[in-house]
Amino acid sequence: MTTPTLQPQAALGGAGQLPKHISWYVLAGGLALSFVVLLLFAEPTPASVIILGGAIYVAAIWISSRIVEGARRATDRLATAVVTSAFALAMIPVVSLLVTVVDRGRTMMSWEFLTTDMTGIFGDMRGGGAWHAIVGTFWVTALASVFSIPLGIFTAIYLVEYGRGRLARAITVLVDVMTGIPSIVAGLFALVLFNTILDPAYRSALMGGVALAVLMTPVVVRSCEEMLRLVPNELREAAYALGVPKWLAIVKVVLRTAIAGITTGVMISIARVVGETAPLLLTMGIITSTNLNAFDGRMATLPVFAYSSFRQGGVYLERAWAAALVLIAIVMVLNIIARLVSRYFAPKGMT
Amino acid sequence: MAGPASEAPTASPRRSSAPGKVGNIVFRGISTGAGFVILLVLALVALFLLYRSWDTITADDQRIADLTFTRGETFWPYVLPLIFGTVLFSVIALVIAVPLSVSIALFISHYAPRRMAQVLGYLIDLLAAIPSVLYGMWGFLWLEPAMRPFFVWISDATNWLNGFAPWRYTLGYITTPLFGEASTPARVALMAGVVLAIMILPIVTATIREVFLQTPRLHEEASLALGATRWEMIRQAVFPFGRSGIITASMLGLGRALGETMAVLMIVSPGFRINFNILQAGQHQAIAPNIANTFGEGSAQDDGLGGSVLIATGLVLFVITFGVNLAARWIIARRAEFSGAN
Amino acid sequence: MSKRIDVKNLNVYYGEFLAVEDVTMTIEPRSVTALIGPSGCGKSTFLRTLNRMHEVIPGAYVTGEALMDGQNLYGRGVDPVQVRRQVGMVFQRPNPFPTMSIADNVLAGVRLNNRRMSRSDADELVESSLRGANLWEEVKDRLDRPGSSLSGGQQQRLCIARAIAVKPEVVLMDEPCSALDPISTLAIEDLIAELKTEYTIVIVTHNMQQAARVSDKTGFFNIAGTGKPGHLIEYDETEKMFSTPSVKDTEDYISGRFG
Repeated sequence: MTTPTLQPQAALGGAGQLPKHISWYVLAGGLALSFVVLLLFAEPTPASVIILGGAIYVAAIWISSRIVEGARRATDRLATAVVTSAFALAMIPVVSLLVTVVDRGRTMMSWEFLTTDMTGIFGDMRGGGAWHAIVGTFWVTALASVFSIPLGIFTAIYLVEYGRGRLARAITVLVDVMTGIPSIVAGLFALVLFNTILDPAYRSALMGGVALAVLMTPVVVRSCEEMLRLVPNELREAAYALGVPKWLAIVKVVLRTAIAGITTGVMISIARVVGETAPLLLTMGIITSTNLNAFDGRMATLPVFAYSSFRQGGVYLERAWAAALVLIAIVMVLNIIARLVSRYFAPKGMT
Repeated sequence: MAGPASEAPTASPRRSSAPGKVGNIVFRGISTGAGFVILLVLALVALFLLYRSWDTITADDQRIADLTFTRGETFWPYVLPLIFGTVLFSVIALVIAVPLSVSIALFISHYAPRRMAQVLGYLIDLLAAIPSVLYGMWGFLWLEPAMRPFFVWISDATNWLNGFAPWRYTLGYITTPLFGEASTPARVALMAGVVLAIMILPIVTATIREVFLQTPRLHEEASLALGATRWEMIRQAVFPFGRSGIITASMLGLGRALGETMAVLMIVSPGFRINFNILQAGQHQAIAPNIANTFGEGSAQDDGLGGSVLIATGLVLFVITFGVNLAARWIIARRAEFSGAN
Repeated sequence: MSKRIDVKNLNVYYGEFLAVEDVTMTIEPRSVTALIGPSGCGKSTFLRTLNRMHEVIPGAYVTGEALMDGQNLYGRGVDPVQVRRQVGMVFQRPNPFPTMSIADNVLAGVRLNNRRMSRSDADELVESSLRGANLWEEVKDRLDRPGSSLSGGQQQRLCIARAIAVKPEVVLMDEPCSALDPISTLAIEDLIAELKTEYTIVIVTHNMQQAARVSDKTGFFNIAGTGKPGHLIEYDETEKMFSTPSVKDTEDYISGRFG
């Protein structure tokens, strides 16, 4: 048996090694160097310093490791550096988005902003606010929920408790596909549905609600299904063994156990649709006054209000940021409450 | 024994109480009905869109060409650049997002301390909570000015072919600079692609992360026991296992990007060309933002034909995203069977 | 291609928890040493410290020494990756890489170090390793089939071939036969008897008869109770351990009174 050309057995000490924690020093050095370079040649902003510093760090650590530690270790270090930098890079938009919206949104944010609408405001006037949009968002979300929550929960119940065979499989696949419907297509559907059945000029929060319901239902189905599946079978069997009819067992045992998870799922699905713009642009348009009738006439909503204000520019741009701030605050609050519900009300072992 | 014994339920066989039985039937009916409604809604979406698009299918070509927004084209020449633009923006987004997602998912699953995995995942998922209109505003007002110099640099860097005369007369599509002269402001395809990439990052990363976390410990240890470094172990054990997961995640991201309206609407200065000048403004447009842009004015034209044409483009988009999502889910299902058998 | 291992006062910790306490033993080159004992007594944990695989679990560390021909595996600046190159491991459940062919599996460890290996060298190495694992005749016609297409016993021999292809000094085996049928088990035991002419082998086994069949020396580990650390109770020539053990616990275990 000839010995193929392997590298000679290295002593355990092996090739050289970079000192411990060298990565941190190189990172600090990279950031410092990047700051200086940008200072001299351009303008250092937090994002650009981080990006250039990150690039210097990755290059420097790879080169120095290659020289001192050998190719294999160097590649390993390079991978670590790249992967960490990727994560840091992804944090830039997160931070930047949140900081920007808070920073720019607060100039117009005030109690007045939240409680007035845009009636009589035009041009350079600084008054006015998003009240009509808040009302609109409330209505359209409420209507969408009325449609999608019962539909979603019962579909989930069907899939988990009853469904076997082809119908259930078809529904599962199609629910998944439904999560991928473009939001504008949902808007077009609502538009066509109502304009065909009623009259072509009909616009209302009801239409927007239907469009959002199409987008919201699959999310509700998915999360409820997951929650229901988490309920252990032993609970169901215990109920049946007590002679409880199936439907009561589902309602009183399964649903009650899963209720925290279902609530969480519902809140998250609401948070998902509250920021949808495109379908509402088509079905509800934008107006400057407050329309309290959900079944007749256009209504402003926060995302559409933000968009149309953005388009108008000038002072309106500040309103756009403020509206976006309100929107994201709503989304964050919903998410946080959802998590709290999940944490504190879910039975042990069922998060 | 007197007392309770005589009131205890008898042992004689008794049918399930009538109320229970009715309740069962009703409840089951409602649940099954709900499932049917889902199928119905999906069918209705397709049907109503088709119904409203019918006019476009049967209409006289000239009438379509006479609409103000069709640029004098008939339907398919009108929608083709839109399809191209839709796919172009999404592919750019994928090219940027997938490597980034793989890296981030790897970071969370194999590099960061396990305790932090949930928090880190949550931070990335934050990106999914942000409404698209906000992405549009931020993209337009913050990101675009920040990335503009970089785009100009790319344009300059790919301009070196300019001096090479024979090049100019070769393939008609390839001009120089390679991606067009960078426009400022950069209201261009590449910018939309970057913003879309950020928007699809959470779903792609979360899917890939799940797959990476499921890599069998046994294979990771086999690799380490052979003397592999962490990166080598990842290449030997994690990537082969996660390959199909990365593909499905990409398709899910693709599906999301294809349907995006607002961010693209607010960032891109549209055009209707088919080319790769992704640094140049006024070149490309996607189906969804086009509908949003044109619907107000265009839908009432020619007794509703305008609306029909736009809805027909929406139907095209629906079919495309339907197909992509269906394919992605089918791959997931196949993979689940396969690994179950293992 | 085999070295002796000297373990001195080795303690294994998982975070704050002491899993194995104060092990001292010497493993001769070109021998087979079996580690036996009841479940949870720390023999697998101890085995893993010999190639620093315990460090895969965060917070795991050892105190004490483990020397291979005088070089401390845990010395300052010693890279675990280097240790594992020289101390190979075969696991309880066969784990060939499912997406690689048989030949690629054998070469997996070698390729980490030698990107540029000539085709003929690679083929020779595959053949010699598979022969060394008594698998060559069975798979020589299907070297490009996936590693997972083999039976359990064959897969385990493939893992052994993979381990010896990198020419380690020591081969560790963690209950290599517990997932296999009796015929495959015998095949592997025969293989171990052949391998010991070239490698130092340490094998953890639940099966006392197996320890008696294959090993030159045996170490008996025991644990006082759950939550307590494991100890090396007795370490001696196999024949002596199984006929006249010195410690009562050993005798009780061997005669089946517990475990």
